[in-house]
Amino acid sequence: MIKDILQMEEDLLRQMEELKGDERPSARLRRRQLESDRKELLATCTNLTAEDKVFLARHPKRPKIDEYINALFTDFFEQKGDRANSDDTSILGGIAMYQGMPVTVIGHRKGNTLEENMAYNFGMPEPEGYRKALRMMEQAEKFGRPIITFIDTPGAYPGKEAEEHGQGEAIARNLMVMSGLQVPVIAVVTGEGSSGGALALGVANRVLMLENAIYSVLSPEGFASILWKDASRRAEACEVMKLTAQDLYEFGVIEEVIPEPLGGAQSNREELFENVDASLKKALGELTRMSGHALVQDRYDKFRKIGQ
Amino acid sequence: MAGLLDVVKFGKKDKTLETKAGITPQRPWQPPQFITCKKCERRATRNNWLKSLYVCPNCGYHQPIDGYYRLSMILDSGTFRELDEDIKSKDVLQFPGYEEKLQNQRRRTGLNEAVVSAYGKIDGHACVVCVLDSRFLMGSMGTGVGEKVTRAIEYATDKSLPLIIFSASGGARMQEGIFSLMQMAKTSAALEVFSRKGGLFISYLTHPTTGGVTASFASLGDIMLAEPEALIGFAGPRVIEQTIGEKLPEGFQRSEFQQTHGFVDKIVPRSEMRATLAQLLRLHEKNGGRRK
Repeated sequence: MIKDILQMEEDLLRQMEELKGDERPSARLRRRQLESDRKELLATCTNLTAEDKVFLARHPKRPKIDEYINALFTDFFEQKGDRANSDDTSILGGIAMYQGMPVTVIGHRKGNTLEENMAYNFGMPEPEGYRKALRMMEQAEKFGRPIITFIDTPGAYPGKEAEEHGQGEAIARNLMVMSGLQVPVIAVVTGEGSSGGALALGVANRVLMLENAIYSVLSPEGFASILWKDASRRAEACEVMKLTAQDLYEFGVIEEVIPEPLGGAQSNREELFENVDASLKKALGELTRMSGHALVQDRYDKFRKIGQ
Repeated sequence: MAGLLDVVKFGKKDKTLETKAGITPQRPWQPPQFITCKKCERRATRNNWLKSLYVCPNCGYHQPIDGYYRLSMILDSGTFRELDEDIKSKDVLQFPGYEEKLQNQRRRTGLNEAVVSAYGKIDGHACVVCVLDSRFLMGSMGTGVGEKVTRAIEYATDKSLPLIIFSASGGARMQEGIFSLMQMAKTSAALEVFSRKGGLFISYLTHPTTGGVTASFASLGDIMLAEPEALIGFAGPRVIEQTIGEKLPEGFQRSEFQQTHGFVDKIVPRSEMRATLAQLLRLHEKNGGRRK
């Protein structure tokens, strides 16, 4: 189980931390030893099960959208609010430069601490969040900016006010408008992509997925409780749902699997961002050559053929 | 042999809407003679239920009805032509037990999928109508439903016909996983094209409309109608109660609630269904000021 491996890794990292700054030869030797132990340990992280991937996709140290924005883009200007009544902080978005080109970046926002997560509602948007995203996408189309979205959510928030404000309508509207946008749209599933709450940012020309990310009709827990009335059968659900990047690539639902460093995205951020950057660059390069009309047709055809 | 099979198949297709809906003059519907209302628990004769279009004669409860029967209520006699009857869901994930379940449902309901789509006329106005049937796996949307609805939308786009969809669904079909989810994008994308070309889409919400169907085509109508007291929402009431840790008030997510919150134009009782649709089709027949 990946969980145990990562626990052992944490142990090694802690020991390394303790030796930090100690320049005695014995300490240096020990550090080198620990580092190679860690590499060896992470090298065992192959042949991960679907359940392992669910664990990694939700790992608390997995990079969040703000890190991606810092690492991949420059000149980020955050845009807030849905222009109707509020600003949903579970969606982060704005304008930024990518490869010398202005783009609109939007994504689900999770936090690194409990406080942050409370503030961002654990990345579960209310209708206002989807309408904020929609507003930014429509504006991107107006100014001819490509749109890059980062998907990482347990789902749309199932709350009382969310229903009163039309959660279903907000998601539906996004799906419809996104499909007709005359600019390139690229979606990157970085963590967990659950249900319509994820798809509402996912009607893209290219859907890329990190190697250990998951994308599914519902969370494995929700799936087990709906289908078998038993949430404790989540391990079984993980297997039968076919929610890994590799499965979805085989199905033709996504276009590319972006490799992660050994042990998961959290274990080597530099390597991860390099990989994501390379894939984004390639996808954007292909799409910016297409006309608005061709982009809309390309997106339509992509989704039209699923389940035909 | 092939020739004989063709004849049999032809005979099957030739069935009128009335026979498909199970209504014949000799035997209105099937036994038993008395039906108990699920809401008020009072009994009435089948004949009385039939006369009131399966709305409880005592309390006005709108009992869910099946696809063909609803079509027989709204379409002009003899105008029904079924579309894409043969499309079925595929067991794309090879999900344990799903194929058997599908076959059971097909045998039990006589349907291939949880939606019936048709071309027909309402009060002389040609249109395309889809009716989701909640008897078939709770009207859930898998590849079969997604494909049929998309084809109906594309047909309406091609022929420049108005589109009416009656929704009744528990949401995405779990057994088809990500493929079910993607049907939300597929149907919404087809509606985008339809809408851009100036098509009229009337979305008619019936009990229950939830999950992925609410979060896709069902919410995208130019005109939004609902049957009285239908449950309409994205998340189910049980999930919401678990999340927020409190009981939901009476009437939460019902048609009347949706209308108060601005998501439904009109709540239409079944007795006025055909007349309301005819009125809307009439109002959209000529497009006002815009030149073609």
